[in-house]
Amino acid sequence: MLLMLANAKLWAAAEEDFARGLELINSSKLSQVKQGVDRLIASSDPRARIYLNAMLDSNLYRHTKEKRLVMLVSRDGSKVIVADVNDASKTEELKKRRVKRVPINNRLRGDIKAYLASKDLSDESSSVRKAAVQRLLGDIGELELGLFKQRLEVETNPDVKYLLESGIALDKLANGERFEQLAAIELLGESLEPPVRNSLNQMAESGPEELQALAAKALAKIDDKVAFYAFLEKVFFGLSLGSVLVLAAIGLAITFGVMGCINMAHGELIMIGAYTTYVIQLMMPNAIGASLIVAVPAAFLVSGLVGILIERGVIQFLKGRPLETLLATFGVSLVLQQLVRSIFSPLNRSVETPEWMSGALDINPVFAITYNRLYIIFFCLAVFALLFFVLRKTVLGLQVRAVSQNRNMARAMGVRSEWVDALTFGLGSGIAGVAGVALSQLTNVGPNLGQSYIIDSFMVVVFGGVGNLWGTLVAGMSLGIANKMLEPVSGAVLAKILVLVFIILFIQKRPRGLFPQKGRAAED
Amino acid sequence: MSNVISNYIDAVRDREHVFDAVAPQINPNLDVRKGCILYMEDVSVSFDGFKAINNLNLYIDEGELRCIIGPNGAGKTTMMDIITGKTTPDTGTVYFGQKINLLQMSEPEIAQAGIGRKFQKPTVFEDQSVFANLELSMACDKRVLQTLFAKLSAEQLQHIEETLELVGLKDQRFLRAGALSHGQKQWLEIGMLIMQRPQLLLVDEPVAGMTHQEMDRTAELLISLEGRHSVVVVEHDMDFVRSIARKVTVLHQGSVLAEGSMDDVQNNARVKEVYLGE
Amino acid sequence: MSTSTMNPVFDKQTNVFLSVLSVISVLVIACNQLFPADSALHIPTYTVTLLGKYLCYALLAVAIDLIWGYMGILSLGHGAFFALGGYAMGMYLMRQIGERGVYGDPLLPDFMVFLNWSELPWFWHGFDMFWFAALMVVLVPGVLAFVFGWLTFRSRVTGVYLSIITQALTYALMLAFYRNEMGFGGNNGLTDFKDLLGFDLQSDATRLWLFLLSAIALGLGYIACRFIVASKLGRVSLAIRDAESRTRFIGYKVENVKLWVFTFSAMLAGIAGALYVPQVGIINPNEFSPLNSIEMVVWVALGGRATLYGAVVGAIVVNYAKTYFTGALPEVWLFALGGLFVVTTIFLPKGIAGLLKKKEARA
Repeated sequence: MLLMLANAKLWAAAEEDFARGLELINSSKLSQVKQGVDRLIASSDPRARIYLNAMLDSNLYRHTKEKRLVMLVSRDGSKVIVADVNDASKTEELKKRRVKRVPINNRLRGDIKAYLASKDLSDESSSVRKAAVQRLLGDIGELELGLFKQRLEVETNPDVKYLLESGIALDKLANGERFEQLAAIELLGESLEPPVRNSLNQMAESGPEELQALAAKALAKIDDKVAFYAFLEKVFFGLSLGSVLVLAAIGLAITFGVMGCINMAHGELIMIGAYTTYVIQLMMPNAIGASLIVAVPAAFLVSGLVGILIERGVIQFLKGRPLETLLATFGVSLVLQQLVRSIFSPLNRSVETPEWMSGALDINPVFAITYNRLYIIFFCLAVFALLFFVLRKTVLGLQVRAVSQNRNMARAMGVRSEWVDALTFGLGSGIAGVAGVALSQLTNVGPNLGQSYIIDSFMVVVFGGVGNLWGTLVAGMSLGIANKMLEPVSGAVLAKILVLVFIILFIQKRPRGLFPQKGRAAED
Repeated sequence: MSNVISNYIDAVRDREHVFDAVAPQINPNLDVRKGCILYMEDVSVSFDGFKAINNLNLYIDEGELRCIIGPNGAGKTTMMDIITGKTTPDTGTVYFGQKINLLQMSEPEIAQAGIGRKFQKPTVFEDQSVFANLELSMACDKRVLQTLFAKLSAEQLQHIEETLELVGLKDQRFLRAGALSHGQKQWLEIGMLIMQRPQLLLVDEPVAGMTHQEMDRTAELLISLEGRHSVVVVEHDMDFVRSIARKVTVLHQGSVLAEGSMDDVQNNARVKEVYLGE
Repeated sequence: MSTSTMNPVFDKQTNVFLSVLSVISVLVIACNQLFPADSALHIPTYTVTLLGKYLCYALLAVAIDLIWGYMGILSLGHGAFFALGGYAMGMYLMRQIGERGVYGDPLLPDFMVFLNWSELPWFWHGFDMFWFAALMVVLVPGVLAFVFGWLTFRSRVTGVYLSIITQALTYALMLAFYRNEMGFGGNNGLTDFKDLLGFDLQSDATRLWLFLLSAIALGLGYIACRFIVASKLGRVSLAIRDAESRTRFIGYKVENVKLWVFTFSAMLAGIAGALYVPQVGIINPNEFSPLNSIEMVVWVALGGRATLYGAVVGAIVVNYAKTYFTGALPEVWLFALGGLFVVTTIFLPKGIAGLLKKKEARA
């Protein structure tokens, strides 16, 4: 009880400090502002950070007439745009002379910096501490060094500990004795922080001669690591692009593999899936995250139904005439495109990304994994696994495989091949719709969305070998990676061209793709 | 019609008379001094782990008429595919005469070297006339430019006429090949084979779907080819085989099970076992 | 007897076609020249040029029919050969502009000056000479088709696989030509042409001549295709279309036959493109777009495959419809074109020519 009372008292005192502090910094006198800053610091209030940071950046202004604090957003001639301190989206335009900057000097700046740094360095969350050290590494003065040393004594997290040590080593490298410098270089060789690289670079170029070689060596070690992570990043980008390709192509692989028919409208089925996502988001504007989850089965159903319609309406009349099927489905694709243009307008629509899909997972300073790409990879693998399961373990899968291997025999055994065809086509089309949901998170949704993926999808199917799900997976992933590896060397467009040319050449060597179907049946 | 055939057969039997349409064009590279026109040695091929041909050894003598029998899946058609270049074996050697290595040649090269094939399912060019079918198969320069400017010589025309007569399709010459009956298509295909003037003929199930009368005619024709041509016949119909066979080879599971005269083979215990499951 | 079995180059349809083509060409020019502008029978020059454009499309369609109708190769990349022929002609026309360009550079076309290039890329040399450009019009598409065909046919890529990789080919070229670095004017392509062999491209006389040349090219191209089709090579082509592997077993090197006919067809497409460019006044990478190529195929499908004249009819009908629709009802055009694809393949497998034949047979 007493404790609570004491706590409440303390809290009330902090609250008063904060309020008073804000009053004090709303002044043109430096001495008053300094007192205000002291009060703010004493309050330990998390809200104080915004004001202090704005002061550090020289962005904190006073509205001279209305006596309130505002944040500078931009200057425009005689006008300024300012925002509310606590809500950056509330902006207003004011005359320049209506606002005055809250005064600050270097001493005050030092105080604020020290306060913010020590506050962050002793934060409960290790990621906040880590970020703070990383931020401070760029410019280590006496203040930071002191804070680092202080913190190092109590720090338990190994990553933060190493960062603190590298900060101290950076100082030693610049100002220490020779033996300290040697030890510092040794230690810093493990780091990937950009400031460390800068310092070592400086040392390797213009440091004392006996240190140059060592620094260069440490630098080379770091560069190796950076190159390795850059490589990993490319692989990751490649995998995510590959996942998109696999998602787009796998439905095609099913219809092409099982029914031997080319569906040129496949891209448009992807587009329909993307538009389904868009429509569902319009219907659930307050639950963007949930809408995406709902969109997956919805897109599957919508695209699947359209697919079955195409199969019943067009393709079934063109059995055994693959080239005609190709042309007719191309016609269908034109109609679908124009339909979407008429309904939704020819302009691109943007689909919102839910919060849990934005942001990135920082592995280290040179390698971060963005969540949307990561989820796409998982999503692709999940769809693949599910499809694999459906084709291997269910009755439908059994019938589909039977029809694809010997249509007449399957019919003789009582499989209704017409029905299997329609369902297969629906399945493949549904997967295309699901791919559309994924694509809506990566690009704008427009009537031409499908067209830009159809050729790539075909390349994946042809490269992987028709009628082979594994082939599609391997082909999609390797094409994705190849594309991303080539991009920095040749540029995006040329990379795409090179990949296309590669596939054209590859098909000459292995006309049946990576994983061909073998046997006498496959000969004719 | 059968009159024509028997006349023809008489003519062929009469070794003095040269009947141009059927006389093979001798490939200058073909070396048959050892008397053997086709060598298949240690040939194996497998599809997805299934051994269609398993260590097959087969020799065809020059001028011989050989029948090949065997249950379904014995590898008969695959064997023909290998000889004509459609399938490449995993191991083994296949020689035409002593010098021509068939494994290094493409289908058209093998065809031009003098090996003709009639397919199990009659495949004629359905959209073209009977005459054009024969004209296309005719032995001649088959390079692109030569084909573009090709004109039928009187001699070639005569070959076609003779063949038309031989296969009994004289009156159907302008008919679309697709409009022929099944038996007529078989005959047309035999005619196409003859137009190629091959030294080695591979005939896959020539009498499937034929009437007894047609079968007899086919038998006569095949026998008449013996001597100047080497003929390999794959057939299921035992009566037919008995009517033409000198030497019979039994294939089973991709290799030779027995070889010899029809009687020898029929009395072979292992053959009985395979065919009758004893 | 022997000749009656053969298929003469100038059969009935060919004679009818050539007569109709000559009569229409003469009539069009006569109507343009003889009747005053306010007469109902007057055909304005821009219509003549439009017709000239259709004739170029018709020649392209004949080239496609030669390989698709008669040999079963469905190329979804013939637009690439058409466009390459067009670019070769466009390069000549660009060089002809000379100092009359916006920047007045005597050597460099405007877009190169704009990109701050200091000298002409090596592949632009020679295009100031008409004979060289004319040679390139057939050679560039020909060589590309030859190399592509040599690689593809030899490894026996057929059917839909072949169609897909021809599509990839034209797609790759489109991406490449969109790049400024390629040196073909990037997005904007080549345009603002002034004159051809010294004749002003804007003048009515030149336009009439171009129309007439297109008609002559179509006639000659038609006869050339007819010659191939009526020859034994044409029968071999049909054999390949209907039973490719059987054709091999009677001793024809199918890949060689395909290769040469495909190359010839690509050259014809190149010529069509070269005649097209001076009439429309522009060539840009859009001509490479897969949509264009596949649209060309539907001309042939609608007109009727393996008839040659059907291809001409199809090209003209579809393009007339396109001109009409994109002017009057632009939203409807894609519906109409899409529907045409579906209707033709399902209900009219033999195209318009098939309908005509049926009628003839009934009569």
